[in-house]
Amino acid sequence: MADSRQAGRPLSPHLQIYRRTLTMMMSIVHRATGMALYAGTLLLVWWLMAAAISDSYFAMVQSIFGSWIGQLVLLGFTWALIHHTAGGIRHLIWDMGRGFDLASVETSARVTLAASVLLTIALWAIAYGVM
Amino acid sequence: MLHKTPLGQVLGLGSARAGTGHFIAQRVTAIAGIPLVVFLIGFILVHRRASRAEIVASLENPVVAILLALTLINLLWHMRLGLQVVIEDYVHTPARKHLLLLLNIAFTAVMGISALYAILKMSFGL
Ligand code: HEM
Repeated sequence: MADSRQAGRPLSPHLQIYRRTLTMMMSIVHRATGMALYAGTLLLVWWLMAAAISDSYFAMVQSIFGSWIGQLVLLGFTWALIHHTAGGIRHLIWDMGRGFDLASVETSARVTLAASVLLTIALWAIAYGVM
Repeated sequence: MLHKTPLGQVLGLGSARAGTGHFIAQRVTAIAGIPLVVFLIGFILVHRRASRAEIVASLENPVVAILLALTLINLLWHMRLGLQVVIEDYVHTPARKHLLLLLNIAFTAVMGISALYAILKMSFGL
């Protein structure tokens, strides 16, 4: 980054200068989950392709997704999908010109985060037959 | 009125007049994505321990097959638009930017065609 002493004019400080806030993290995480989900579609299409190919290949892919590491990746995928969708709804509400004052933005950040974690836990509880 | 210098016009830089359409398509696919994601999660949950035969049986129902195809096309379209913005935000070297923009299109196209192939094959009971 440019050195402000060399630029001969005031420059705005770089990212690490700012105090981290929840709303700032939410913005970054929306983009990060979008990119993670982009890569994740590879897994979804792999699963569908496997099912279209053969019994033995599909059984192999199912066992990979069923392994502990596969389940961990799918748990992350689930949370990213739910969090990004909830965050997307938050964006769409802003697009309608609502909820953009500081207090609402702060509240909706907390609601989105809590909802994404709770929904992920609930889904996996259903998947494992706990609920 | 064209707000461009003659040099700018010759270089062909500036607005490609596609920004608003991109913005709207991103929102439309996001709105459509909400119910479709619910369907997708439901489909995966129901088939999480399924055999290949059980998935084929589900997709032989045309409503399920078409909904799943619609879900994938919608989400892939949405993510292609989304990643385009990410690339344009961070990559400024023309050669690298154009390469990544093309790869973005290629990746989504391959994903979409593969998904449609798989869904159609199974929905025909194959
Ligand atoms: C597999 C599913 C999905 C993928 C791969 C995906 C991917 C992406 C990507 C890559 C971006 C660009 C991120 C950015 O510019 O910061 C994005 C943005 C967005 N996504 Fe998604 N997305 C998915 C599902 C959804 C769903 C279901 C919704 C529903 C509400 C949604 C709503 C949005 C919105 C509103 C934006 C624009 C945010 C902004 O203006 O900064 N997405 N998505």
